[in-house]
Amino acid sequence: MSMTCWETVQAYGLRSIGIGENLLPRSDFTLCQQLTLIGSGMIWNIYFGVLALTAGFFLANAIALARNARNPLIRKPAEWYVFVFRGSPLFIQFFLAYEALVLLPKGGVDILGIHLNTAWTTRAWAGALLVLFLNTAAYSAEIFHGALKSIPKGDLEAAEAYGLTGWKKFIRIEWPTMLRLGWPAYTNEAIFLFHATTLVFFSGFPAFAQKGDALYYANYFADKTFNPFIPYPIVAFYFILLTLAVTFFYGRVNRHLNRHLPSNIRSKIRLRPQLIR
Amino acid sequence: MFEACADPKAIEGMTWTACYLTSAKHIDFYWSFLTVLLLLLITAPAALGMGFLGATAARSHIPPVSWIGKVYIWMVRGVPDIIFFLFFVIALDQAIEYSKSLMVCPSHEWPWQGLEFRVCPEAKVPLAKSAPFWHQAYGFFLAVVTFAIVFGAFVANVIFGAMNAVPRAQLETAEAYGMSRRQVFRRILIPQMWVYALPGLGNLWMILIKATPLLFLLGVKDIVYYARELGGSKTQAYEYPHGDWRLYYFLGLMVFYLVFTRISEIGISKLTRRLSHGQATAGGEAVRRAAA
Repeated sequence: MSMTCWETVQAYGLRSIGIGENLLPRSDFTLCQQLTLIGSGMIWNIYFGVLALTAGFFLANAIALARNARNPLIRKPAEWYVFVFRGSPLFIQFFLAYEALVLLPKGGVDILGIHLNTAWTTRAWAGALLVLFLNTAAYSAEIFHGALKSIPKGDLEAAEAYGLTGWKKFIRIEWPTMLRLGWPAYTNEAIFLFHATTLVFFSGFPAFAQKGDALYYANYFADKTFNPFIPYPIVAFYFILLTLAVTFFYGRVNRHLNRHLPSNIRSKIRLRPQLIR
Repeated sequence: MFEACADPKAIEGMTWTACYLTSAKHIDFYWSFLTVLLLLLITAPAALGMGFLGATAARSHIPPVSWIGKVYIWMVRGVPDIIFFLFFVIALDQAIEYSKSLMVCPSHEWPWQGLEFRVCPEAKVPLAKSAPFWHQAYGFFLAVVTFAIVFGAFVANVIFGAMNAVPRAQLETAEAYGMSRRQVFRRILIPQMWVYALPGLGNLWMILIKATPLLFLLGVKDIVYYARELGGSKTQAYEYPHGDWRLYYFLGLMVFYLVFTRISEIGISKLTRRLSHGQATAGGEAVRRAAA
């Protein structure tokens, strides 16, 4: 039975989240099937990337501030957190998190009389998202901390001369300047976090009912056809599109952060390579 | 290993632990750490060489050569590197077996027939009857080449940037002294570019360390493989039965990596200080002031 390409898209377009045809194609693979299924897997890469970055942004700000604190009781834990997540491979972090989450009692735990179900934490959508969130928060915190340290002294003195102190100085001067200075590096972090989402189904977290990400399906096709020259370039193509979209979006934010500056001293976003964390 | 370990079921406590940690499989596990170090030891210079070639090619005045260099540098941007890892390992294997088949096979069929890659048995690398060691060694070799290609592109990017960062005046002065293009490259550009390349290279070294668990994905029996094997729960059928200890084994790996990256960090900062000596940069100025 051969399907037209449009029928394939209808059958497999949302396969990665369990909608549509249940059985994956097993023989006579067409280019259309590969494009559709791998594209369907991108839903997961976008899901992990967007949620981890959004939540991670807030934690990163908190950690960056904690790292800047004078009180060692606040500063030390933040430094350790960043060290542990930046100093070890994300791959190992995924494994470790999975093994730790599996050890939670299967039936759930009772805390203060409330029954908590724990089975869902070992699923990729929750467990892997948690790891990615903690991981990106550590990397971003380091970026924001560096930016916080490089705020020009004159800016802070000017703020004080205007009578801004404490919280007001922070929210009106330090925080916006920190974001502006750190934004180009943070853009790179966002791109590479999206790239890191491809590790999810290759380490620790199993894919249930063959619901996986783009690389999971590309690997499926490469295993079945023994031909890596079609599926992997397809994932590569999707990721180039995703990278362009991320660069565009973060570029808009960067423009907004730099809007008050003369055009020659605005900070530009430059792509800098960073591999697997 | 020890006399007392002859009957593991009869012993307990510290002796059990000592025997357990020195079992044959654990010794293999400890050796696999050397596999990781060996990979780093081979890959780092290989990637440096590839990167150097790539950057030099990208700077070339002959357009096709410079395009090749630039495409190589841009290749790994925008695409997750793990895709390259998975791709190159199969692609290289098939390229090697296909070229071998052209030489040793009686008939030269197109190897991608239907859903398989088929070459005659004599063209298999390694041959099906080879010892398991050669299969492991070949897998490791493919992994090393893949690492060198992918990391070489990243190194090329760093070195290309560093070469452009060497002040123009330095090169022009050398030209004014009558040095040829080759001499300027060797005597002025190369010695000066390292200090600009070092922060990027140091960063890449850390990333390379953290990329070594990928060996597991490439099918090499590395530390991740053994941690999963040894940690998995063992029934009474095994010599040393225990529950699911994978968490502890992975904690061990985590500590190994943390220590390794921390030591590297300290080493890199020392190297930076040494290379800054006598350089016309802020770092070099700091070294001069400290000495005075």
